[in-house]
Amino acid sequence: MEMKTQTLLKKLSRRNEPYIFLVLLALCLLIEVRSGQFFSSNNLVDIASALIVPGLFAIGAFMVIVSGGIDVSFPALASLSVYATTKYLLDTNYQGGVWVAIVIALAIGAVLGAFNGLFIGYFKLPALIVTLGSSSVFKGIMQGALNSKQLTTIPVGMREWGTSSLFIAKNPVSGLTSRMPVASLAFVIVLALVFLMLRYTMFGRGIYAIGGSEASAHRAGFGVVKTKFIMYIMVGMIASLAGVIRVCMMQQAHPTNMLGMEMNIIAGVVLGGTAITGGRGTLLGCMLGTLLIVIVENSLILLGVPTSWKSVFTGALIIIGTGVSAYQVIRMNSTRKIKAKIQEVV
Amino acid sequence: MLYYGTRLFVQDSLEGGYVMAESLLKAVDIYKSFVGVQALKKVNFEIKPGEIHCLAGENGSGKSTLIKIISGVYSPDDGHMEFDGKSYSKITPIEAIKNGIQVIYQDFSVFPNLTVMENLAFNSELADRRHLVNWKRMREIAEEAVAKIDFKVDLDALVGNLTVAEKQMIAISRALMFNTKLIIMDEPTTALTKKEVRNLFNIILKLKERGIAILFVSHKLNEVFEISENFTILRSGELVATGSTSELDAKKFSYFMTGRDFQQRHFVPVNLSENPIFEARGVGMGGRFTDVSFAVHRGEILGITGLLDSGRTELALSIFGIKPIETGQFLVDGNPVRISSPQVAIGNNIGYVPEDRLSEGLFLSQSIADNIVISEIDRLVKSAGILDKKKRSAEIDKWVNELAIATPDPNNACQTLSGGNQQRIVLAKWLACNLDVLVLNGPTVGVDIGSKHDIHGILQQLAKEGLGLIIISDDLPEVLENCSRVLVMKAGRIVADMNAGETDEKTILSYML
Repeated sequence: MEMKTQTLLKKLSRRNEPYIFLVLLALCLLIEVRSGQFFSSNNLVDIASALIVPGLFAIGAFMVIVSGGIDVSFPALASLSVYATTKYLLDTNYQGGVWVAIVIALAIGAVLGAFNGLFIGYFKLPALIVTLGSSSVFKGIMQGALNSKQLTTIPVGMREWGTSSLFIAKNPVSGLTSRMPVASLAFVIVLALVFLMLRYTMFGRGIYAIGGSEASAHRAGFGVVKTKFIMYIMVGMIASLAGVIRVCMMQQAHPTNMLGMEMNIIAGVVLGGTAITGGRGTLLGCMLGTLLIVIVENSLILLGVPTSWKSVFTGALIIIGTGVSAYQVIRMNSTRKIKAKIQEVV
Repeated sequence: MLYYGTRLFVQDSLEGGYVMAESLLKAVDIYKSFVGVQALKKVNFEIKPGEIHCLAGENGSGKSTLIKIISGVYSPDDGHMEFDGKSYSKITPIEAIKNGIQVIYQDFSVFPNLTVMENLAFNSELADRRHLVNWKRMREIAEEAVAKIDFKVDLDALVGNLTVAEKQMIAISRALMFNTKLIIMDEPTTALTKKEVRNLFNIILKLKERGIAILFVSHKLNEVFEISENFTILRSGELVATGSTSELDAKKFSYFMTGRDFQQRHFVPVNLSENPIFEARGVGMGGRFTDVSFAVHRGEILGITGLLDSGRTELALSIFGIKPIETGQFLVDGNPVRISSPQVAIGNNIGYVPEDRLSEGLFLSQSIADNIVISEIDRLVKSAGILDKKKRSAEIDKWVNELAIATPDPNNACQTLSGGNQQRIVLAKWLACNLDVLVLNGPTVGVDIGSKHDIHGILQQLAKEGLGLIIISDDLPEVLENCSRVLVMKAGRIVADMNAGETDEKTILSYML
């Protein structure tokens, strides 16, 4: 039994999730001790609702990174599809529910994702270059063809969905209240679906296999090109959903305020133990990493740290977090080398 | 049947009690060309069930093209094949697998990031066109696969954490899951230790007992003799010889491989300088080697040999200043010099060709030309510090010709060359610097027979021209053939100092072990 716990501990110590969980816990406790406000119900609900959009983006970025690629176009993609959707619905004076908005945005997201997938999958171009390019293209379409400017009103269905809540948490001390948006359900559903897909479908295992070795995946019989193509379509749809939720929650469509989120999202994914070289990582780790970034972004103020220092903290976290996993890789390689040397001599 | 040229030798083909049945695979008059290059010309190949057959040939001889045609990756321009009684002119990779042909590539086609279980189960799951993952079934498939060759491994371990030999076992057990009749192994022993090679050979023999034919690609002579019953040798896309290994000897083997007859030219130094050009007096470094003394004269090739942990590589690195010595001193041309860095070594006209030329000696993605001139770049500039293009291209042409580097264009990247040609570039880079002393660590590791012979010729020529050479190598025939003197290192000390002409492999080995 003791042996079993030991090997379990050993296995855990090689993974990133326990470390990131401990860091997360330490940060939460620190904030709680300093402010006494962290574990209040309204703050927890605030953090949960702040996690929805970055969480959805992170799921998409996670899939791409696991497959050995990288996507920096998802904020631009989300902005374009949600902006086009909102504008179209306003122009047609649409008065119905949010579902039409979601369906249109998902469809646009699928087309834009297919654009990435076409170049990365079929033309085998490097993902970073393609998504840097497509990100400019998406921004250009938005600003040029759609002549984007801030839309201060959004269709009624989107507005109502954005303000509807599952429950409201009230802080008994301060009396502040926070709503848990219905949109959080969408996040949970996507998370569950992607988790099941990655674990229980050959398509999902194919994403990991391609990230591990594309040549091996091809020889084993995975449809490498097709898998990538479909994956980028999915990522485009997930990002567009995040865009719709963002606009609904903010009650206005701003063409540029999602832009620039990509670096923090990718950082969160990597912080959660996803190998930037592809093939390794868990959705749990990815969510923990994203949560850590969200908490730093939202709750440092409770620690008395001025918001202007936020990016310094985020940066430090990223360096330390990725440093720890790089150190682990070096340590594992060196023990392996010693083992090989010993064998050679024997 | 031994066949080469137009002469036929008939020989009884009853091997190891296994009665040779009809051939399993027969490839007849295979032709294949790629944009203007004839890769295969009228090649015939035959293998019987349960036969261990070695396919040999130098780089570019067409052996990988032949394998790819057999496994369906390429389709031949002309010719036909018969497998297990069925005749066809071409085959797709999937059909080849269904017929029972499996290829184990040099990289083993594994997923380092996934578990042993997934690595084993993916292929058959995909072949069955499954879309959902059933982890229980995957485990059963994996257990069944490893049981076939009694391979003990933790199914939940990540493949990236396994040794090379274990990865190979995974590839083999995975290949056996498809009612396999023929397994093609591409240079399977390259990264294995001696013990692992033994283990692999035992498994190959077990597969043979089950009637599985093994096609073994290798250019290592001793392996060809040890494991294979029959061989086929290709050269420049043509079949040169095929037949029973028992009819083959080392001399014939290298003749078939290269088309050249090699005379064992024992190096005899001429014009030895009176005073040593380089001398080590009682040098030592951090317990890796201690109290090492030797001297090298101009015109001499000194061999230093020993086991992997004998300190030979560390000594080489110290001479070049990468790991400076802590005790004793080096003398260059009679003057004590503290070689504290590679810059100091180069400043004293000492050059070093590293063991792993790919990572230490070359900029693989850069052009051949730039690699040649890199270490003399300071001398190829005009007054204003601008590169003199004329001088540069003159230098490049000179060395490409002198060392017979086989390239259509020196502006191609280094990685487009074969191992032997890459090694020549490392040499060219140093020779361009007018050296006095050149230290070579494993100068012909991973180089094919023909290039190996050429490199030896170049080294002997350099010694004759007055360079002092130090060859560090555990390839004893190489040391004996090329060196005038041999030092044997063991546990960081020199345990023997012999004239190469007065010793043999056995004696050296007895000092090494």
